[in-house]
Amino acid sequence: METHPYDAIVLGGGPAGLTAAIYLARARLSTLVLDTGTPGGQMNLSHEVANYPGVLVTSGAELGRIMRAQAESFGARVISQVDLLGLDLRSELKLVEVEDEGVFSAPVVILAPGGSPRTLGLDSERRFMGRGISYCATCDGDFFAGQDIAVIGGGNSALEEAVSLTKYASSVTILHEFDHFQAHPWAVEQARANPKIRFLMEQMVTDFEGDERLAAVTSIHKLTGKTVRVPVTGTFIFIGYVPRTVFLSGQVELSDRGEILTDERMRTNLPGVYAAGDARAKPYRQITTAVSDGTIAAIHAAEVVENWKKKAK
Amino acid sequence: MLHTKLNHIESTQQYQELLSSGKKIAVVCGRMGPMCIPVYDVMDSLKTKYPDVEFMDMEFDAPVAAETIRRLPETRSFQGLPFTVYFRDGKVAAATSSIQNKQQVKEILDAKLK
Repeated sequence: METHPYDAIVLGGGPAGLTAAIYLARARLSTLVLDTGTPGGQMNLSHEVANYPGVLVTSGAELGRIMRAQAESFGARVISQVDLLGLDLRSELKLVEVEDEGVFSAPVVILAPGGSPRTLGLDSERRFMGRGISYCATCDGDFFAGQDIAVIGGGNSALEEAVSLTKYASSVTILHEFDHFQAHPWAVEQARANPKIRFLMEQMVTDFEGDERLAAVTSIHKLTGKTVRVPVTGTFIFIGYVPRTVFLSGQVELSDRGEILTDERMRTNLPGVYAAGDARAKPYRQITTAVSDGTIAAIHAAEVVENWKKKAK
Repeated sequence: MLHTKLNHIESTQQYQELLSSGKKIAVVCGRMGPMCIPVYDVMDSLKTKYPDVEFMDMEFDAPVAAETIRRLPETRSFQGLPFTVYFRDGKVAAATSSIQNKQQVKEILDAKLK
């Protein structure tokens, strides 16, 4: 099979991957971005981004669109919705096989696969997805006008979206697994001040009930074991993200949470392989931190590519 | 107007003509939202792999959607965007609610529209 050579391959087209591509392509390195989904990554799920420096307010999808256009304007090639068939990161020349596209090679690879919304993992959750269960308040909130709904989670997203959902819903019950929230105090205050919101703490959600549509959420109090059935027609789940690194298992070193381990220059345990963004083990996950990771990885990777080219001559 | 690379269904007459043509059709009915954009992208990526399928979109808030996709018995219980409906011989072959990834869409195309 024919191999298509590049100077650098970036796996993932979220803010980390696209930033890396901007820097690599601007350094005049032939750069390929492969995304198994839609470029923009988790940014696409943000209806409003108001803390990205230099931009007052925008949508995550728009920010992603501009980042992609910027990377492409410097010559990077971005391919979305790819099916990865194979990955060899251990050899000096890294190989990535993609269905319908062939095999790509490069001396450096930047891993920026990002994360996916965490699910509860219940069969009934899958059954009612799109029939009462949602992971996007701005997308599906208006289906629940005048209805009683639930929000599961206790971070910023859960509390902010619970407040936003009160625009539509009659009531919002927040179910959270701990006795305190992980959200910022201002988000907690805002939720507590809203008369449409009530709180059920230390709850482990065990089931979703209904026929064609969702009718109730069942949970168990973690300390008392008491079962609670909350009649709701909608439930929005915001319980964080999981790194999309299963395909890297056995290739690069991962933490016990499945996050890619790097040093401060974003180097993994494999020479020529970097990681950036939300899939990397780190304390804070923001668009800005992903952009920072992508920048650092690309600058160092560019040096490696230049040295590799000199050696090859 | 949806800003996608798919062809749009903009009138009920166009919808009826497409169905009566007997073609295999996948219609993504949504908005330009976080759950919809990836599905439009998936459909666009599958155009060459499934040349006999017409990949179309439809604006969820347009009158045509209220008169067609949103009225189908198969979408009556749906509460998540986008509504994606697959047609074969003018009849609904499958329908899904909310975001779907490429693998999920391919499984439906292979099982229901081949």
